[in-house]
Amino acid sequence: MNLIGFENYLWLGSALFCIGLLGVLVRRNVIILLMCIELMLNASNLLLVVFAKMFGNMNGHIFVFFSMLVAAAEVSVGLALIVLIYRKFRTIDSSFLDKLKG
Amino acid sequence: MILAKILILSPIIGFLINLIGGKRLGKVSGIIGTAAVFISFICALLMYRKVLSTGAYDVPLLTWMHISTIHIGFNLWVDELSTWMMLIITGIGTLIHLYSIGYMSHDKGIGRFFAYLNLFIFSMLMLVLGGNFIMLFIGWEGVGLCSYLLIGFWFKNVEYGHASRKAFIMNRIGDLGLLLGIFLCIQTFGTINFNEINSIAAEDLALKASGQLGLFQPYIYTAITLCLFIGAMGKSAQIPLYTWLPDAMAGPTPVSALIHAATMVTAGIYLVVRNAALFELAPFTLDFILVIGMATSILGALIGLFQNDIKKVLAYSTVSQLGLMFVALGVGAYTSAMFHLTTHAFFKALLFLGAGSVIHSMSGEQNILSMGGLKNKIKLTHFTFAIGTLAIIGAPFMSGFFSKDEILEKLYNHSPIIWGFALTSAAITIIYMVRVYTLTFSGNFRGTKEQEDHLHESPSSMTLPLIILAILSILGGVLNLPNLIGGLSSQKMGLWLSKINSLKAIPAHVNHLSHSMEIMLMLIATALVIVLGSFSYFKYKKQRLTELSEPRRGFSLWGEHKFYVDEFYHNIFVKPLESLGDFFFYYIEHYFIQPITFGSSRIAYSAGQLLRIIQNGNIEYYLVYIAIGAVLVLSLSMFVF
Repeated sequence: MNLIGFENYLWLGSALFCIGLLGVLVRRNVIILLMCIELMLNASNLLLVVFAKMFGNMNGHIFVFFSMLVAAAEVSVGLALIVLIYRKFRTIDSSFLDKLKG
Repeated sequence: MILAKILILSPIIGFLINLIGGKRLGKVSGIIGTAAVFISFICALLMYRKVLSTGAYDVPLLTWMHISTIHIGFNLWVDELSTWMMLIITGIGTLIHLYSIGYMSHDKGIGRFFAYLNLFIFSMLMLVLGGNFIMLFIGWEGVGLCSYLLIGFWFKNVEYGHASRKAFIMNRIGDLGLLLGIFLCIQTFGTINFNEINSIAAEDLALKASGQLGLFQPYIYTAITLCLFIGAMGKSAQIPLYTWLPDAMAGPTPVSALIHAATMVTAGIYLVVRNAALFELAPFTLDFILVIGMATSILGALIGLFQNDIKKVLAYSTVSQLGLMFVALGVGAYTSAMFHLTTHAFFKALLFLGAGSVIHSMSGEQNILSMGGLKNKIKLTHFTFAIGTLAIIGAPFMSGFFSKDEILEKLYNHSPIIWGFALTSAAITIIYMVRVYTLTFSGNFRGTKEQEDHLHESPSSMTLPLIILAILSILGGVLNLPNLIGGLSSQKMGLWLSKINSLKAIPAHVNHLSHSMEIMLMLIATALVIVLGSFSYFKYKKQRLTELSEPRRGFSLWGEHKFYVDEFYHNIFVKPLESLGDFFFYYIEHYFIQPITFGSSRIAYSAGQLLRIIQNGNIEYYLVYIAIGAVLVLSLSMFVF
């Protein structure tokens, strides 16, 4: 059954998370930012499933369902926000969005 | 039960309506205020009937605190004394409220005025109805507050503001004494309930009368009663705390009549009578009260002799009369003091309201040197003021005659020397009161032409109280006629008041004056009134403005300057305190406190300046911070812990 070792999944998940994090840090486009956040989220979902399988505990599986549900809601809200931001500022480049400067 | 609640609540509801309604109510506020007090008066009458038929009763409202053995409750104690005070307060209060409708009709702040007056009535009722010291203290402070607010009613005048502050601060000094007295009571007796304290004192009196040691040392009673008397000194304007009362005349005249003549200033007398059994156990305090009262009585009368402001004269007269009441308390003539308090409330309220009517018709003029000849211009005011004057100087068969005579008689019984002093004070009273009357109403008009054209009688809402008070001033003596006229039962008020707990405990003073001696004393007083009254009348009747306004010399100059007592207090107390304040302001504040406070605010400010650099509003930076933070936390948790 375990054709591929668990550690490979762990490496994959960590790599996806780091790619997502890097994307969040370096990209300016808000949509890309959102995508990268989704990537990080799904990387952690994957890791949760892997750990659940590793330790034979169903909690991880169930938790992932909740997490995906929340992610779906989050994406819809996030995209709606981006549309509104675009309508207001005519840009979705995050370096121009600095109205909260203290 | 319900009557007492309505009695207390009615003025406070009037206060709230007038406070919230404020300017919107306009003239209606006067009617609301008067009605609220009138309802209280009706309740007071009904309660009087109830006390008459069933005796004193307690009205527990609620428990306030319960600390170990001390129970502090809001309970009203309705007995003969509190009913008596209640009737005076609400009765005269109603008349003065009615008068104020006319007097204050031109004032913009009429709503505020009636709100304060109603609050005053409420506080005063709390003071006299409270069944324990704490209730009394709440009322005591409440009337002090209302007095402050009403003296400074026309707060745009800086002088008036100073006068109200002076009254408040001088009262605070007295209140400290009262508070210490209350604390001593709690420590000594473990209770603050008047009835319990009185029963302890009664027990002690009985023990000491039978030659035993008694419950407590005499010095404890002396300490308690001295502290209580200091409170009374402040509120009832006795030496050395009397200087606020003449300045309190800055307030509107109805206030002077209600608060600073008829009711609030008599709270000190009430306090002593309420705890008479305690005072009876401290002979030193009684002597002290006697001396202070006598000194105040004579000093007040002397200063009154040289004042030219109609309200100032009446104020010093109040100080002097209050002194006389304390003299009566000092010789243990508690009911006589209460009798004089009652008649004084009638005729002094009448005189003040009459003075207010004069001031009203003179368009605000208060200097009696600018008046004169008002006899034919404002007939009703003149007539009632004359009755008030006759009553206060003790003209035969007026109310003041009987009450003053009763005190003088008791004093003579105690010691002829004290009687002599009191008679001197009464003699000076005759001179200055007739002087005020004569300068105001007789002779020729000395004011300006404009004032003369504008002279007018006051509206009926103002003259009606004057008439009622005049009738009371004439007939007030009936309340407590001397033994001479109708035997022992004629002293209705004395018998009524002697039923209260504190006076029941005291053995009756033996009167060893013969009837012929009593008649003799009355005749001396009457002769004094006739001789000095006519002397003063003819002396001042013919004088013209030039003679009157000649600069004074010697003793009378001293008198005109109130014997420089205010200046003395200013130099002894106010100036050192001011320089202490200056010292703290210019040195401690500038070089010590300001650097600390300003320095700390500057540190916070520059820290904020530094931190706002990273708060640049750009989301990328925030994400970087988050990432760095996460990495830091993770690496810390991995490598350090």
